[in-house]
Amino acid sequence: MAVKHIYETVIGLEVHAQLLTKSKLFCGDAIAYGAAPNTHVSPITLAHPGTLPKMNKKAIEFAVKMGLACHCEIEKNNYFARKNYFYPDLPKGYQISQHTTPVCKGGYISIKVNGTERKIRLNRIHMEEDAGKSIHDADDASTCIDLNRAGTPLIEIVSEPDLRSADETYAYLTELRKLLRYLDVCDGNMEEGSLRCDVNISVRREGETRLGTKVEIKNLNSIRNAKRAVEVESKRLVDMIERGETIIQQTRSFDADRSVTIAIRDKEDADDYRYFADPDLTPFLLEDEFIDRIRQSIPALQEERIKKYTGQWQLSEYDSQVLTEEKEIADYFEAIVQHTSNYKAASNWMTGPVRSWLNENNKEIDAFPLSAQKVAELIQLVESGKLSFSSASSRLLPYLIQHPSAQPELAAIEQNLIQQSDASSLEPLIDEVLTKYAEKVQEYKKGKKGVLSLFVGEVMKRSKGKADPKVTNELLLEKLKA
Amino acid sequence: MVEKLAHLARLKFNEEEKQEIKSDLQRMISFVEKLNELNLDGVEPLLHLSDEVNVLREDEIKGSVSREEALKNAPLHDGEFIKVPKVIKK
Repeated sequence: MAVKHIYETVIGLEVHAQLLTKSKLFCGDAIAYGAAPNTHVSPITLAHPGTLPKMNKKAIEFAVKMGLACHCEIEKNNYFARKNYFYPDLPKGYQISQHTTPVCKGGYISIKVNGTERKIRLNRIHMEEDAGKSIHDADDASTCIDLNRAGTPLIEIVSEPDLRSADETYAYLTELRKLLRYLDVCDGNMEEGSLRCDVNISVRREGETRLGTKVEIKNLNSIRNAKRAVEVESKRLVDMIERGETIIQQTRSFDADRSVTIAIRDKEDADDYRYFADPDLTPFLLEDEFIDRIRQSIPALQEERIKKYTGQWQLSEYDSQVLTEEKEIADYFEAIVQHTSNYKAASNWMTGPVRSWLNENNKEIDAFPLSAQKVAELIQLVESGKLSFSSASSRLLPYLIQHPSAQPELAAIEQNLIQQSDASSLEPLIDEVLTKYAEKVQEYKKGKKGVLSLFVGEVMKRSKGKADPKVTNELLLEKLKA
Repeated sequence: MVEKLAHLARLKFNEEEKQEIKSDLQRMISFVEKLNELNLDGVEPLLHLSDEVNVLREDEIKGSVSREEALKNAPLHDGEFIKVPKVIKK
């Protein structure tokens, strides 16, 4: 069907991020994804009468940290409220949430799409506890409840309806996830549900200022699926309008296999959650000193690092972008350049051999067997001409990965990888080559300079790859001058 | 009103009970309505009765009970999960 008008898609996101605390928001149960069901529960989690919740200080720190990194205004007078509703995986019959009084207000996240930077405004970031898990398909007669997750600290990051396309949605989620991981407040693992995303989407005719009726798509489990869901849903909404149908406010879910969204429930009248301040929890007041301390604990974020890499360290924009994509990679790179000032070489090692090893072994940088200092030593060996880059990366590196405690230079000697760069060992080989190719030498002398590479190649062959090409080149030139 | 509250609380009442609750609620509301006589401009709502603030705990793991103990009070369980009537109908 040909679309008659031009439409604009308006998207706002609600992202739940599980905080990387050791224990729950209001009690000391461990946060343990994948643990045996109902093994991390306390009387508080189980909502037994007479129990008293107590706030986890670390969770508050994490929420404020994210807020500061997103340029939010931090609310100093805070309290938790009860959001009342019944569901079997919510033992208390209410969720403790800051829904009505978020700890962080406003702020923004910058995204870049097709080279254009945009600030996506945030409405708020608030804290709340997670519910337990309901498993509907394990048993024919019952729903099975696992309360390990109940009480896990979450922050909900709510954007303003500022996003306009699937690509922007993708960029926003990627930035948000990167930020959470840089700050070390959430592991960003969408498969395990530590980062979950709901999309609010509506479409309107271009030029229209009022928002169209919105549809909410729940629980998108990957950034890619969030992007696809926006593509699919905006098309569905536009088609409905073109056919003259009325859009109803709904909650839908995205079926990734079939690439369609399915209605879960209509949302005609607003739910009545009867929020009120939880009398079991004291208010919490944030002092300037506390906020400043958190502000100072924020590590250099990607943008700041790129500035340093391209400026002070003279790396390309592209390399800097790649190196800072993950904080752990950037940290490792920065640890290497503590020991060498050859920034370009360090960057090449990170984006080349190190990255390949991580990809091939499906590992994160923290599992890389070599210390940053050893990588710096490899760089120095190559720089000093003792080792060619290719034997360092394809032969010495794999050896060191097997023997992480070995000393790189000694290992290179032991493995017989050190380049021959002293004239005395190279000269006999050069003489041999020049004698053998006397005709070519004549050609060279007549001006056919290209044959030089043939001589270099032959010397390399005779040295079994250990001749230093640069020194060989120089020695050859000298001999040929004679 | 009574029916809405009963639904939100997942409770069922017969007509007689509803009447009783209705008059109770009316008495409660008129009792609280006395507050309307006061000028409360600029008065923040009192959310907590105690003056205590910032009762926080360190991020430490403690206080969990065994699964056996945890499931003891569940009306129905299988030794692993708490079982409840099916939430989603198929």
